[in-house]
Amino acid sequence: MKFTYYPGCSLHSTAEEYNASSEAVFRKIGIETEELSDWNCCGATSAHSTNDYLAHALPLRNLVLAEKQGNDVLVPCAACYNLLKSADHHMRSGADDCEKLNKDMQEIMGANYQGNIQVKHVVDIFSEPAMMGKISELISQPLTGLKVAPYYGCLLTRPADVVAYEDNPEQPMKLDKLVDGIGADCIRWSYKTDCCGGSLSISQPDLVLQLTRKIVEAAQYAGADAIVTACPLCQTNLDSRQPKFGGGEGSTIPIFFITELIGLAIGAEGSSNWLKKHLVDPVPLLRSLNLSVAS
Amino acid sequence: MVVQEKCIEPSFSFLKQLEERSGQPVSRCYQCKKCTGGCPMSFAMDFYPNQVIRQVQLGGKAKLLSSRTIWVCACCKTCKDRCPNDIDTSAVMDALKEMAKEEKVVLGDNLVPVFHDSFLSSIERYGRVYEAGMLAGYKLKTKTYTQDMQLGIEMFKKRKLKILPEKINQVKEIKQIFDKAKEKS
Repeated sequence: MKFTYYPGCSLHSTAEEYNASSEAVFRKIGIETEELSDWNCCGATSAHSTNDYLAHALPLRNLVLAEKQGNDVLVPCAACYNLLKSADHHMRSGADDCEKLNKDMQEIMGANYQGNIQVKHVVDIFSEPAMMGKISELISQPLTGLKVAPYYGCLLTRPADVVAYEDNPEQPMKLDKLVDGIGADCIRWSYKTDCCGGSLSISQPDLVLQLTRKIVEAAQYAGADAIVTACPLCQTNLDSRQPKFGGGEGSTIPIFFITELIGLAIGAEGSSNWLKKHLVDPVPLLRSLNLSVAS
Repeated sequence: MVVQEKCIEPSFSFLKQLEERSGQPVSRCYQCKKCTGGCPMSFAMDFYPNQVIRQVQLGGKAKLLSSRTIWVCACCKTCKDRCPNDIDTSAVMDALKEMAKEEKVVLGDNLVPVFHDSFLSSIERYGRVYEAGMLAGYKLKTKTYTQDMQLGIEMFKKRKLKILPEKINQVKEIKQIFDKAKEKS
């Protein structure tokens, strides 16, 4: 299975551990990837909030590049996934401006987008039955006793008609299945698709704090000792807006990436380097459960 | 004495403009308020999402373009997914933000639009977001130097913020995309 890999800006900076753990897990389970050559930022919230043209054209450039490179695109970042998928959906919809967008791409890049590839998220790929089987065979350390609340946030689930690969986007289950599959204790809670306010984290921290606090408290109330996510913005936001950094009252809990937990369970290389990057140190929790961290 | 209530006459021209721009069938809304019920940011809004839609129907352009609501919308799309009339309220908010920027509406608190500007200028310059540079630009423009200082230092220590930017090879293609975006607006 070979994919074109689109890391996105966050995975090259604030969420490097998501990049490293994704690549380590790909290697271990035999997913071959090749990074998208000369990829650009998807535009994120700032593009679609303020300029409709940029919102489509920035991700579209990546789709054109990916189509040239061949293979479907594999994306770990929920925001990049959402925007690439939205651009792909827009181009397939035949909306009024599609022709113009493709004409512009032809003029700028000498190629346009035909829709011969698909955009996939890592959780979608990992949770396919064959892949779950493979992960299960490779487990060297089941994460027994680790109580984790699966947190999906917005961008993997909404808008459902464009991005969701879940049967029920109001009650997504694929992260839950992965958490169960690696032997951890999957917590059931009602905040799994609530928004953490990631896009406003820098510009409106006081408002965002009210959202992150609710999510962390709800996970703890439900009995979780950690939260797991598949979005670098959710992870950074939840990890950084906890009491340790002036994020209100209460105790702190670690926020894992799903690839880190899978990596820990299948003994992928480099887990101590990923976990070192966290603001809330997850190692004491893992140690208390006798779970070892690979160097 | 009978108080005569002020009669509001709906204006269809703003409604039409917004429907075209956002691609959303705003006129269908019958005020079920599911959008507001599910909105995580409603606590910080001056108009609730359902009120935004109603104001669009009534032609309340000035109120909306200067509202806090359009900028504190977290773009989580909960409103869109739950709307029984298939209206993407957050896309309506995006169209209003675009208009507010074009018409240079002066806001009491311009932190969110300045953040978006800083973010996009980083992309225009490098093709990717250079977080440290983008944050410095944002802080300079908004004079919010001390906010999140401790967090910023911690992120540098963890090397989560890079000192140098990553620049793509074909950054001229990105510039051309931005030029076309400016032409359009």
